[in-house]
Amino acid sequence: MPKARVIPIDSRKRLEEVPPADIAEGGPAWDERVASAVGFLRRRITGDYEVDEFGFDPELTDSVLMAPLRPLFHSWFRVEVRGLENVPADGGALVVANHSGTVALDALMTQLALLDEHPAHRHLRMLGADLVFRTPFVGEISRKAGHTLACNPDAERLLRRGELVGVWPEGFKGIGKPFSERYKLQRFGRGGFVAAALRTSSPIIPTAIVGAEETYPMLANASWVARVLGLPYFPLTPTFPWLGPLGMVPLPSKWIIEFGEPIRTDALDPAIADDPMTVFDLTDQVRETIQQSLYQLLVSRRSVFGD
Amino acid sequence: MGRVVLVTGASRHLGGTLARRLAELPDVDRVVGVDVVPPSHDLGLADFVRADIRNPVIGHVLSSSEIDTVVHMGVIATPRQAGGRTVMKEINVIGTMQLLAACQKSSTMRKLVVKSSTSVYGSGPRDPAMFSEGMDPRDAPRSGWAKDNVEVEGYVRGFSRRRPDVTVTTLRLANIVGPRLTTAMTDYFSLPVVPTVLGHDARLQFVHEDDSIDAIIRATVDDVPGTFNVSGDGVLMLSQAIRRAGRATLPIAAPFMPAVGGMMRRMGVADFSSEQVRYLTWGRVVDTARMRSTLGFEPEYSTLEAFDDFVAARGLNSMLPPERAAAIEATVVDLLGRGGERSA
Repeated sequence: MPKARVIPIDSRKRLEEVPPADIAEGGPAWDERVASAVGFLRRRITGDYEVDEFGFDPELTDSVLMAPLRPLFHSWFRVEVRGLENVPADGGALVVANHSGTVALDALMTQLALLDEHPAHRHLRMLGADLVFRTPFVGEISRKAGHTLACNPDAERLLRRGELVGVWPEGFKGIGKPFSERYKLQRFGRGGFVAAALRTSSPIIPTAIVGAEETYPMLANASWVARVLGLPYFPLTPTFPWLGPLGMVPLPSKWIIEFGEPIRTDALDPAIADDPMTVFDLTDQVRETIQQSLYQLLVSRRSVFGD
Repeated sequence: MGRVVLVTGASRHLGGTLARRLAELPDVDRVVGVDVVPPSHDLGLADFVRADIRNPVIGHVLSSSEIDTVVHMGVIATPRQAGGRTVMKEINVIGTMQLLAACQKSSTMRKLVVKSSTSVYGSGPRDPAMFSEGMDPRDAPRSGWAKDNVEVEGYVRGFSRRRPDVTVTTLRLANIVGPRLTTAMTDYFSLPVVPTVLGHDARLQFVHEDDSIDAIIRATVDDVPGTFNVSGDGVLMLSQAIRRAGRATLPIAAPFMPAVGGMMRRMGVADFSSEQVRYLTWGRVVDTARMRSTLGFEPEYSTLEAFDDFVAARGLNSMLPPERAAAIEATVVDLLGRGGERSA
C-alpha cells in the first residue's frame, strides 16, 4: 500500500504560489483543495485562528468574506484597476476615494482590488460610520473584514502600524445622493483623515471610482421611511423596491478604479495637523484631485454598461 | 527598614494570594490583610485583621501598624459575593471613601495601589478600537461594578490631589481568568450553552491571574505613579473563545437579552448584569503600551494562553480538544491522499 502523501495545509495560499503544473490543470488538485477546506473547518470549529485588536480576521476575509464579491468584481462590474503602482507595497498609506451607489459596494470593490490585484496583496483597512458598527451582522462582519470606526485614534493607530487605510470622506452624503448629482463630490467631512495622515506622515492616495454611481441609480429618497427605519436615507431606484429582492440586484455598469499619484505628507511637520487652515487646504486639494480624475475618466468612458 | 503593607479584600482569592506573595518579599517587613470575612485560605506570613473598610476602625489599623503602603483590592465584582447589589455598592464606594479618608489622615502613608478594571471605559458601538489610559469613555458605564470602579477611581484621583506626597498607582485590569479564580466571566464560559447577542461578536481581552498578581506586586514594589491598563497580548473574539472552551452557543436577539440575563441571574447560574451584556455585545480592547514602557511589566500569558489555561484547568473542552480535532483532520487528509493516489 502506498504511503499517504503529505499535503501542506495553508488556506492563505494564493493562486500565484500554486505550482505551475496545478495551474495548467485548472488550479490545485481536488484532494488538496478539500484538505485545505478541512483544515479551515478544523481551525474554525476549534477557534484556532488569530484576529488583531480591531477584530480583523484575515483568514475569514480572504477565503469566505471576499469570495462572493469576486464574481461581482470580475464578471458583473468587470472592474478595471488602474494606477496600482501608486499604492505602496508596504507601510502606512491612506486611500481616499469618492463614495457612491446607495450601498457601499464601491468600498468593498476597492478592498478586493487591492487584495487580489495589488502585487503585495494588501488588506485595505476601511474606516466606517458608527451606524455600520451599531447594526447587527453588518457591524460584526465589517470588523472581521478589517474595517473599523472612522475616528482619529483608530486611523492613526492603523497608519502607525503600517496598514493601508481606506476612507470615504463623503460618507452617507456620497452614497445617498440622488442620481442627478452623480460624480459630483459632496463635502469632505471635517478633514479628520488629512489630520491623521499628517500626524503619521503617511501619503494620501486620491482614488477615483467610476461606475458605482450607475449600480443603483437613486431617483428619490423616501425620507419618511428612512426616518421610521432609522436609516440615513431610503433609496427609490428604477427597480427598488418595486421588484422586491430582484430590485436589489445592481445594474451591471462597467467600473474603473483609478489610484492616483500619492500626495506626500512626510515633508510636512506633523504638528501642522493642528492647524485647521492647512488641513482644510489639503482636504480641498485631495477633493479637487479626485474630482478632476473623475471628470477625465468620464470623458474617456465610451458607454456606461459596455466595455 | 522594609515596608509595611495593608491589603484590602484579603479573604478573597486574589487579595489573599497577593498578601501571601507580598509577605515573602525580602524588602517587605509586614503584610496586614483586611477583610470583613475571615480568609478561606492560608495567608502565609501575612497577618489578618478582620475589619470593615466601611468603618472608621480602619484608621486605627493604619496608624497602629504604621502602614506605609496600601493595596486596595477590596472592590467586589459581583453582587453574589457581597450578598446583594446594595451591599456590594456600599462596600465598593463607601468602603473606598472610608479607606482613603483614613489614608489621608495617616502620617506614615507613602504609597497607594488600586486595582481597578478596564470596565471603566464602558462598551459601545462608538468606541475606538483600543482605549489608552488618557481616553475618556464614549459610553460611560451607567451601572454595576463598572460604575463602582469609575467612582472608586474618582475618589482615588481626589486623594492623590490632596496627598501629592503619596505615590498613587491605578491598575486597570482586563478580565482576569485562571485555573483557580471564579468570576462572572468564568461562570459565563462554564455554562453548557452560552447565550450570545445575535449579530454581534465582541472582542475580548484577558489577563491571567498570575500575571495580574505580578502586575500588582510590580506596582507595589516599584514607585511608578499613574494609571495603567493591564492585559495579556492579543484579543479573542467571543465566538472564538466559546469554541475554544468547547461550549455551544445560543444567539439571542439583543432586545431579549436583558430578560434572558435576568432569568439566569434569578436562577443563580450566572451573574448577568446589563454592563456585562453590553460588554458581550460590543467588547472592549485596551492599549497596553504604557504598561510595558512605564510600568515595565510584561505579562507571561497572552489573552489566548490565559483563556486556554482556564479552559484546561476546568476541563471545559472535553468534547473536541484541539489535539483530537487535529487528529481527525489528519485522518481525513490521509484518507483523501490515498483516495487521490488511487484515482491518479
